[in-house]
Amino acid sequence: MAQAKLFGSSIKRREDPRFITGKGLFTDDVKLPGQTYAVFVRSPHAHARLRRVDVSKARAVPGVVAAFTGKDLSGGGVNPLPCGWLLPDIKIPEYRAIATTKAHFVGHAVAVVIGETAYAARDGGDAVEVDYEVLPAVTDGEKAVAPGAPQLHENAPGNVAFRWSIGDKDATDAAVRGAARVVKQRLLNQRLIPNAMEPRASMASYNPATGDLTLWVTSQNPHVHRLLMGAFVLGIPEHKFRVIAPDVGGGFGSKIFVYPEEVVVSWASKALGRPVKWTAERRESFLTDAHGRDHITDAEMAVDGSSKIVALRVRTNANLGAYLSTFAPLIPTYLYGTLLSGVYEIPTIHCEVVGSFTNTTPVDAYRGAGRPEATYLVERMCDLTAKALGMDPVEFRRKNFIPASKFPYQTPVAFQYDSGNYGPALDRALQLLDYRKLRAEQDAARREGRLLGIGIASYIEACGPAPSQVAGALGAQAGLWESAQVRVHPSGKVSVYTGSHSHGQGHETTFAQLAADELGLPFEDVEVIHGDTAAIPFGMGTYGSRSAAVGGAAVYTAIARIKEKGKKIAAHLLEASEGDIDYDDGKFFVKGSPGRSKTFQDVALMAYLAHNLPKGLEPGLEATSFWDPPNFVFPFGTHLAGVEVEPDTGRVKILRYVAVDDVGRVINPMIVDGMVHGGIAQGVAQALWEYAAYDPGGQLVTGSMMDYALPKADDLPSFETDRTVTPSPVNPMGVKGAGETGTIASTAALANAVLDALAPLGITHIDLPLTPARIWAAVQGTRKR
Amino acid sequence: MKIQVKVNGTAYTSEVEPRLLLVHYLRDVLNLTGTHVGCDTSQCGACTILVNGVSAKACTMFAVQADGAEILTIEGLAKDGKLHPLQEGFWEKHGLQCGFCTPGMILAAYQFLERNPSPSETEIRHALEGNLCRCTGYHNIVRAIQYAAEKMK
Repeated sequence: MAQAKLFGSSIKRREDPRFITGKGLFTDDVKLPGQTYAVFVRSPHAHARLRRVDVSKARAVPGVVAAFTGKDLSGGGVNPLPCGWLLPDIKIPEYRAIATTKAHFVGHAVAVVIGETAYAARDGGDAVEVDYEVLPAVTDGEKAVAPGAPQLHENAPGNVAFRWSIGDKDATDAAVRGAARVVKQRLLNQRLIPNAMEPRASMASYNPATGDLTLWVTSQNPHVHRLLMGAFVLGIPEHKFRVIAPDVGGGFGSKIFVYPEEVVVSWASKALGRPVKWTAERRESFLTDAHGRDHITDAEMAVDGSSKIVALRVRTNANLGAYLSTFAPLIPTYLYGTLLSGVYEIPTIHCEVVGSFTNTTPVDAYRGAGRPEATYLVERMCDLTAKALGMDPVEFRRKNFIPASKFPYQTPVAFQYDSGNYGPALDRALQLLDYRKLRAEQDAARREGRLLGIGIASYIEACGPAPSQVAGALGAQAGLWESAQVRVHPSGKVSVYTGSHSHGQGHETTFAQLAADELGLPFEDVEVIHGDTAAIPFGMGTYGSRSAAVGGAAVYTAIARIKEKGKKIAAHLLEASEGDIDYDDGKFFVKGSPGRSKTFQDVALMAYLAHNLPKGLEPGLEATSFWDPPNFVFPFGTHLAGVEVEPDTGRVKILRYVAVDDVGRVINPMIVDGMVHGGIAQGVAQALWEYAAYDPGGQLVTGSMMDYALPKADDLPSFETDRTVTPSPVNPMGVKGAGETGTIASTAALANAVLDALAPLGITHIDLPLTPARIWAAVQGTRKR
Repeated sequence: MKIQVKVNGTAYTSEVEPRLLLVHYLRDVLNLTGTHVGCDTSQCGACTILVNGVSAKACTMFAVQADGAEILTIEGLAKDGKLHPLQEGFWEKHGLQCGFCTPGMILAAYQFLERNPSPSETEIRHALEGNLCRCTGYHNIVRAIQYAAEKMK
């Protein structure tokens, strides 16, 4: 009898007991004998030449162990930080962990002080003397590439990092020219600051006797840290460098990248022969965690006489900040332009992107990374076009959906969508919201002068970027596979080592569900280990909603190899031929004679005793898999929001939020729902509140949790979620990704809802975020007319 | 300066710098690393503890201000190996993902339920204003607190 399936069950997380009792181990919790503390001195200017950086007085402060400048590091063999995605003709400025000649953004490190205590290090930091020659700064992406703008880097003339395009320009131009109607809109997708609750931290410990360096770091991908930092920056080979990402308190993309601070503590630990720890203050998180989004876009959607979209033309300026963060070039190009077909059949699309350097914090992947920008654009344009045509936005979308019969579907912007069926998710969302009833309520409210709005976003997401060969041809400096190792112990208990990393996703639970199910073992017999390069063969980590689809598939494949070897051993013990052995529910048995069987534990023990193995078979029972998926996976769905806007205050009240997602087969529905909730909160926050604002001189004026509006519990409603299930054909479990769907859909859904509410006033568009001040100003503008 | 505190039922006497923050005293001197520092400026609530039964943000108090106080941190909440209903609620209702805000969230809710044992959803959401979570969208945190309130009746 097969046991109850774990795959698909909302079982409680095995991670939780340590977190709810205060027994988690985050990087800042790690304590080593003789450890020291690093404090960085940071530029208060957005653009300044460093005339003099003098750390001599800092060195004399009691409790200070050492102080270093950028020149100490470059003289000590530390190379610039690498860029992990290269586009044709891209300009890569030299990104030093500590600035040597110029500071290019507020928060750019200019010195580091290391103390016996963090307090002593801070005293030392106050004693560092820096003579700045302040230069003019530019913070806006479009202004940066205009003539006469202050120039950041000598090797990037005009502050242009790259020019990139996708799609057929001539065909798109012709289709726009010949269209019955063209709707144009300029759209700002504002800069966001990730704000994982755990500030970044790193602790390096170099052992001079062995030459081994160990780094604990808040990383979503410890092997990638080891590879990039070891090989490119520090010149330490992998076998002498161990990176541990212990419990990590949220990432949302911001902990993918190699940052200056972990480079500095690693080098300093070697220089001093003592462990060095650095933990960001929130102020530093705001200034130095890679930011997200920041696009200025001109978009045109063209339709024919029967309201079918015939073309989409897009020009985007992507503000990349002062330097190229690790994967910065990828985000506004291959993760953005390729998603512009959305869930719609659009015969031709053309997208041009200019990547610009500005005197701001570097920008890189933030939850969704390119895909929320694309979805916001496509879904805002659909709404604007539907409004221009006098059509219901739902009917406009339905009319333009890619029909279920056309999968696999080749878009005009490179992707081939593997599977999809967009109608049922839309229908289910409409049913949950009771769309017609809410429209009737909206009409009634409007008659009373109240502003109710309904917003829709039908989205597609590409996640689990793949395959490696294609990524390499497009500029990736890494592969996009994942590894897993499954070790069966002589007792039949199982350790699963995964290159994926959990920083809230719950892999210790979901991967154990997957593995225990495949092996027919109790959940308790399987342990999942992640986050340590010394334990796990290799790994690409967790980002782009790839863990289940890529990391999970690696686990699945390794287990298939375990079962294969187990069958050989069982066949030998049962004196049957290997082809006659089946495996189910923890037992190897002879087909047709379930009584002739060996348990998984019997076979495991024999694999290690090796007293009676088939001739030529090696002892032991473990398998490693490197799974390189053939394609991305493509989750999709429809989100609906109902809002009421108070015209006199500009305040938006969220009345309802409905999300229907198709993330393929689901391992643990409770965990997927949780990620969807969190994703919605972040996307709603982009629509309504969050905004990284720089003043013209380059000061981040939203540089604390007082000024940057992270959502609080009473800003948000409870969410209503449901799913449709279209299994993905690209991995053996049929799973897709679920970590970013909420963020990708919700910004557009909310923005569309607010603008639907404001439609009776003749307001068609307001740029994000739709804060009370902006809405109030727009409403006042209509009253003056 | 010399301070005497009782933390989770155990008495400690320590010599501390006057500027040492209470949260660093707990984490670095007493090795109670369950209390986290999320923002240093008392907005995020990750460092929430109970000082003499009142919830307080340990990043905004000096250790010397806690001289003579009784302190409860997340490590002291379970009794004799049995989870507090709030801890149970967060586990049952999936009220945490990365787990970083969780100790502060639980201790903020602890005091709230003492004051309001039968809260509405709106009251719960309002009570959590001083505690930020970036993972859950608060949906399941509300459910966790409702679970605990029910269980504590």
